[in-house]
Amino acid sequence: MREGIKDKVAIIGVGCSKFGERWDAGIEDLIKEATVEACEDAGIEIKDVQAIWLGTFQGSQQSAGGASTGIVVSQTLQTQGTPVTRVENACASGQESVRGAAYGVASGAYDLVMAIGVEKLKDTGFAGLGAGYPGKWEPVYGAFGTAPGRYAMAATAYFAKYGLSFEEGKRILAEISVKSHFYGARNPKAHLKREVTVEEVLSAPLIAWPLGLFDCCGVTDGAAAAILVPANEAKRYRQDYITIKGLGISAGAGWGKERDDYDFTYWDATQMAARQAYAEAGIKEPRKEIDLVELHDCFSIAELIATESLFLCEAGKYKQEFTDKRAYYHDGEMPVNVSGGLKSFGHPIGASGCRETYEICKQLQGKAHETSRQVTDAQIGLSHNQGGHPGRFVCGVIIYGAL
Amino acid sequence: MEGIMSYGAYIPFYRLNGETVRQVWGGGAKGERAVANADEDSLTLGVEAARVCLQGIDKSTVDALYFASTTAPYKEKQSASIIAAALDLCEDILATDFGGSLRCGTIALQLALDAVKSGSVDKVLVVASDCRIPPPNSDLELVFGDGAVALLIGRDAPIQIEGSFHTSSEFIDIWRLEYDKFPKRWEDRFITEEGYVPHIQKAILALLRAQNLAIKDVEKACFYAPDARGHRNMGRVLGLDISQVQEPLFDNVGNTGAAFALMILVGALDNAKTGDRILLANYGDGADASIIRVTGDIRNNRGGLRRSLDSKAMIDNYGKYVKFRSLMEFEQTPEYTPRTSLSHIWRDRKWVYRFHGHKCQKCGKIQFPLQKYCMFCQADEKFLDEVSLSDKTGTLFTFSIDDRVQVIDPPNVLATVNLEGGGRFFSQMTDRDVKNIKVGMPVELTFRRIHDALGVHNYFWKCKPAR
Repeated sequence: MREGIKDKVAIIGVGCSKFGERWDAGIEDLIKEATVEACEDAGIEIKDVQAIWLGTFQGSQQSAGGASTGIVVSQTLQTQGTPVTRVENACASGQESVRGAAYGVASGAYDLVMAIGVEKLKDTGFAGLGAGYPGKWEPVYGAFGTAPGRYAMAATAYFAKYGLSFEEGKRILAEISVKSHFYGARNPKAHLKREVTVEEVLSAPLIAWPLGLFDCCGVTDGAAAAILVPANEAKRYRQDYITIKGLGISAGAGWGKERDDYDFTYWDATQMAARQAYAEAGIKEPRKEIDLVELHDCFSIAELIATESLFLCEAGKYKQEFTDKRAYYHDGEMPVNVSGGLKSFGHPIGASGCRETYEICKQLQGKAHETSRQVTDAQIGLSHNQGGHPGRFVCGVIIYGAL
Repeated sequence: MEGIMSYGAYIPFYRLNGETVRQVWGGGAKGERAVANADEDSLTLGVEAARVCLQGIDKSTVDALYFASTTAPYKEKQSASIIAAALDLCEDILATDFGGSLRCGTIALQLALDAVKSGSVDKVLVVASDCRIPPPNSDLELVFGDGAVALLIGRDAPIQIEGSFHTSSEFIDIWRLEYDKFPKRWEDRFITEEGYVPHIQKAILALLRAQNLAIKDVEKACFYAPDARGHRNMGRVLGLDISQVQEPLFDNVGNTGAAFALMILVGALDNAKTGDRILLANYGDGADASIIRVTGDIRNNRGGLRRSLDSKAMIDNYGKYVKFRSLMEFEQTPEYTPRTSLSHIWRDRKWVYRFHGHKCQKCGKIQFPLQKYCMFCQADEKFLDEVSLSDKTGTLFTFSIDDRVQVIDPPNVLATVNLEGGGRFFSQMTDRDVKNIKVGMPVELTFRRIHDALGVHNYFWKCKPAR
């Protein structure tokens, strides 16, 4: 009989590199920054780590700055033979590293493990992810389907379904980006630290209509790490450890954009992963029971739809339930991405899921970098990390509890 | 009698006009001409013309495909085989390319007639298409045009070819060497006085004599000319009344090379009545002349040329045209490393070229591309029947306009299309006015060159606003 993972695994330390265009840092530097901080936070040394899961997207075969195996970790940290498993689920790779590490502990195989997410994107010589060239996945099908182009189709579909004019829809999205930048400006590790106004967002150049510059996250270097132990041993390390309450993952059926009954206004993989995680954590009313959410906002529309698909409000009611109430601010009813999110904290592909874990842990411990974005008395947090594009997602959801 | 069972013409969406050319080169350029989109070439133009021609015709009855062009996208590698696949023709056909001469279209027509006459085949699809690039800043810049024509040749045809005459000549007037982007020419008066006029006149007179006809017996004369002036002059030389001269489309399409004489013929057929006798003449390395008689009801595929002519967009700046035809080199950022895989395309050929989808026997749902299991009810592939979807129209479900991706003609419109009768196509939208794209708009499918990678032209389908 399946027992689930609830309360079996504790996170006793987290670390995160400075995010940004890190011309000064290679993938090794980023890994060291994040893991040294995590070890210090946990009060352990790297030699105490029995196994490591590495989440990273770009293989070294494809581009400069990538890592095709776990050896990039052992070489960097001199771990001398410790198991390192490289995992990859596109932009959901970071959470996959946490998941692998959590199950490594829950299985009883290890006493202390580490999850690392990392991406070095800025060694390629161009801005953007470089996914726009044809033939990357299929010789002709989906050619020139970029991330902005694909996510923008969801915005168009959402506007059309709920009768929003271009201006109305853009304004809802702009408010999200303003919030992301507000928190980026209050996060010393964030990539984008400048506050913006709705008017600035609305008048910015278009990237992929209807999405403009400020609707899209940047291209960021960074790494994050977490150290996990069996929950019943966590007190040996610290009093304010964080436990994993639920862990869901869904590789969506993948043919959403080809199925004529899919309308692009919800993320089915998110819904499925959320249901798994909520069931495991025993969460019945997510909006009431969850105090803080870090979700996958690579685009403003991604934050809107993920919020609805995590059942934090009814489909189509985002404006009333979040925008109008400003519910997503740290002092609002349902704080979302008060770290700045992928949008402003940054989105180093394989690091993002692990970085969300970092942020949730800090918030639940009351240790957000600046009190100006600390959620008061947060007990339950959720992180959401997805890879792919609308209609073709793999998605992970983790529920965390303070103790 | 053998003849034309059905016909179709295709003129690309874009036009280049005198104003745009004058802005760059000065001078007195006038008129407008058809320009293939950046994702089109003579092969894809030919597919579109053939799709018009084959409307309502059982494709399995086509026994052979003859493709005629002086601008085939591959020098070694047939175009006809790709066209046949895109048209979803049977595999047990004879497909071949014709080229080398601007007369290759009418030569292919004659050989198609001969093949049908011989009894070895019942129906031959002749496709003539060209996409010649005129030398920039030359008088040819608004004379050449891009376009394609398709004729289905068979027995008991409503448009009969009563007789033909051919000559061969070593005369050289215009040519391209292997690596020439633009044609080269000898002096124009030499071409006119020693080449074009005497060669075409000789063939026509010989044909009329053999058919026991006089020039006044033809309702319409459809004949090639290098340019509008040459065309007017030829009419006078032949003693044609102005009413007998079929409009040569120099003002709005241009000289479409291998397709040109047949394009003029399609214009004549669109307005012909039963009993009309039409003269067709072509020129290049000699001349062809044919007498064509409308004896029955012309199929209901009339009007394709008109639709193609009416639905157009002007290229609003010369830079765009430069990009369309790769007339300059542009910056290539390190990210732009397009790839392809011929083995991958080969495995997927049923949906890449033929645009087959699946219809599930269990749940009835139509889906694209081909699946291992039904994407709706998960039934195994053995319960999925292949269905042809390329003739379906559709409606635009959602879209985006990507300004940043490196396409030749940005922005790139990503489109999710719901196909009539079921099925969905995630695609790019081409031949579009970005200001007029709306959710719910009607679209149709079109066969295009998606990109070039590793020296391979990669063809696939796109959607476009219904024309």
